[in-house]
Amino acid sequence: MDSASQSQVADPTNIAWEQRKRRLLPYAYLSPTLILLAALTVVPIATVFLYSLVDNVIVNPNPPVFVGLENYEEVLTHRKFRGALSNTMYFSLVSVAAHFVIGLSFALLLNSRLLGANVKAVFRVIYILPWVFTASIIAILWRLLMNPHGVINFVLLELGLVEELQEFLSDRRLALNAVTFINIWSGYPFYLVSFLAGLQGIPDDLYEAGRVDGGNAWQLFLNITLPQLKPIIISLALLDFIWTIHQFTLIWMTTGGGPMRSTEVLSTYTYKAAFSSHEYSIASTIAMVILVMCTFVAVFYVRSQRMVDE
Amino acid sequence: MKKLVGLLIIALLLVPGVSMAQDVVLEFQQWWEPELPEGSFRAILDDFEAANPGIRVETISGPYLTTKDQIIASAATGTMADVVGLDGAWVNVLWKQGALHSLSQAMEDAMYDDSELAAQIQLAGETYMIPIANFIYPVFVNLDMLAAAGIDPPSTRAEFSAAAVALTDPDNNVYGWAQPLSLEQPNGIQNDTMSWVWASGGSMLDDMGQPNLVDNELLASTMAYIKSLHDAGVVAPGAFAMKENEKVEEFVNERVAMIINTLAHFTLIRERNPDLNFDITALPAAEGYDGPRGLPYASWGIGISSNTEHKAEAWKLIDYLTSVEGNTKLTSIANAFPGNVNATPDFIQTDPLFITAFEIFQEGFLANEFTGLPAAEELMRQFDEPFQFYLEGEMELEEFLEIAQEEWEDIFS
Repeated sequence: MDSASQSQVADPTNIAWEQRKRRLLPYAYLSPTLILLAALTVVPIATVFLYSLVDNVIVNPNPPVFVGLENYEEVLTHRKFRGALSNTMYFSLVSVAAHFVIGLSFALLLNSRLLGANVKAVFRVIYILPWVFTASIIAILWRLLMNPHGVINFVLLELGLVEELQEFLSDRRLALNAVTFINIWSGYPFYLVSFLAGLQGIPDDLYEAGRVDGGNAWQLFLNITLPQLKPIIISLALLDFIWTIHQFTLIWMTTGGGPMRSTEVLSTYTYKAAFSSHEYSIASTIAMVILVMCTFVAVFYVRSQRMVDE
Repeated sequence: MKKLVGLLIIALLLVPGVSMAQDVVLEFQQWWEPELPEGSFRAILDDFEAANPGIRVETISGPYLTTKDQIIASAATGTMADVVGLDGAWVNVLWKQGALHSLSQAMEDAMYDDSELAAQIQLAGETYMIPIANFIYPVFVNLDMLAAAGIDPPSTRAEFSAAAVALTDPDNNVYGWAQPLSLEQPNGIQNDTMSWVWASGGSMLDDMGQPNLVDNELLASTMAYIKSLHDAGVVAPGAFAMKENEKVEEFVNERVAMIINTLAHFTLIRERNPDLNFDITALPAAEGYDGPRGLPYASWGIGISSNTEHKAEAWKLIDYLTSVEGNTKLTSIANAFPGNVNATPDFIQTDPLFITAFEIFQEGFLANEFTGLPAAEELMRQFDEPFQFYLEGEMELEEFLEIAQEEWEDIFS
């Protein structure tokens, strides 16, 4: 080694630089992801959070005034917010429960050995159809079907099941159940597909062992099928709950939150605050509340995923 | 020689560039172009460019709702197009942001005589929007159904009620009237509800332009009248979720005999049901009222961005579109009533229904008190919600109006 090389190697500045470079290198590798995360997630969330702490933004030419948690107090104590929250919970929980029951039932039917391959293929296509349509198409379709002069009323009247026209989407007593029904119809195929994949992954040996032990069909379902599907059930239910809380198009295009606020959910309430009242700070506050709710659910989701991994 | 030719070529190449550089390019954002016959709007702008060398107009066109969202968003970021198509419902929010240039100022700078303008939308005493094409909302009546019932088109509320009752036949799914009250599109409050008040010379605002829903005798009696129609079962079912297009469909399919509707739907109705025998009439007035009837209307308005560097050129475009020549061309292709009092669209001379409409237009006055109000759509929605409770019998008239007044005062403040 010549003297020049020795001095270069021994130079403390170079050593420090090399060490710093080594420390920074992992961050450089991570930087594309971090930049994307910051641009697409952190900055928008931080902006919305800041908006929620001021009096009004975007449409106010004056500089916004910091109001602390006043917007949160206003939103959380407002009767319309509480009504929207209650409707959201009903809409989401009933949807998730029904998705689970219908999705699992159809998956069990399609997984049956009693049906031929061709019959199964046909029914798979039929059952999955609702998932193919976009929310706006589903809304238009069901508005027509549920119209007072629509097909459903015609059938109900012809069968003598009702005595007068039913205003499914414009009657306060029926509207929330009607939009929940539409959401159930449009969402169950996701469960069906996931459960079908899960059912096909359960080893036959388990069922054979169960039968040898004298288990009947119900016991096999309770003690083998459900426990085997448990990771899928938890993941689906949590994800579906988050997605359903966000459901906007379907409700907006069928009822707009009416009649008489009976189908007002948090997403339609937020939309009205932002794009109809132009109260972007209030809309941001509601958005933050929804974010906190979804974060709680997301934490459960991550934990359940960890348990699966372990 | 070669050098000379080269220089000549360079000079020739630069000429268009220099010419382009001198041109002022106006961005004009609106939702009108897609709603007009293809190429017809561009032709009007070409005429403007030919009459105003050095100004080019680039259109930014899209559907109504997209245009609304883009204009409000661009106003917030200070990037609004130089000239914008406006709906009266958005003017207030844009004005609050300081996004609109005062057209009063533009007219003063150009020494413009505004006596030919049919209307100007003013805020704080200054004009910010000029309606250049107006679509009025008369009552459309199915003449065959009326003839079968032996009834003439109604002129008063009592006649309208009697006609609606006579025309209603629930066993055959036929009803006298349709009132869309969807909360998604709450414009039924403007067109199909408050229009009854304006038709009888009433108002929903006080002299200071503030909400006046409580202790407003005419307004209260109008709401009670509408409830009486619902209670009598003459209103098509599904009103609380019905939208404007569905109301028109009910009329086209002859399930509803009378609707309050925009003239803009003439062509649509004729296309959907060529055999439909219908006419139009002015909105019925309260008994004893013989003054001019307020006509609900929607407008294509126009305004200038406060950020534009070409205010004078932008005004020239507005001047052209509101001139007798430009306004006649535009309203002729749009089937609209003119924003210039001296403009005469072609259809007024050729189509008997439009002749009737023009007579209604001339005998009455344009009335849309929601134009220019803050968050106009939200005002309609806040009125719609308790109104539905009232129509359902779950709220008293006074309570409904007090709640609506309170909600409106919140928005106004």
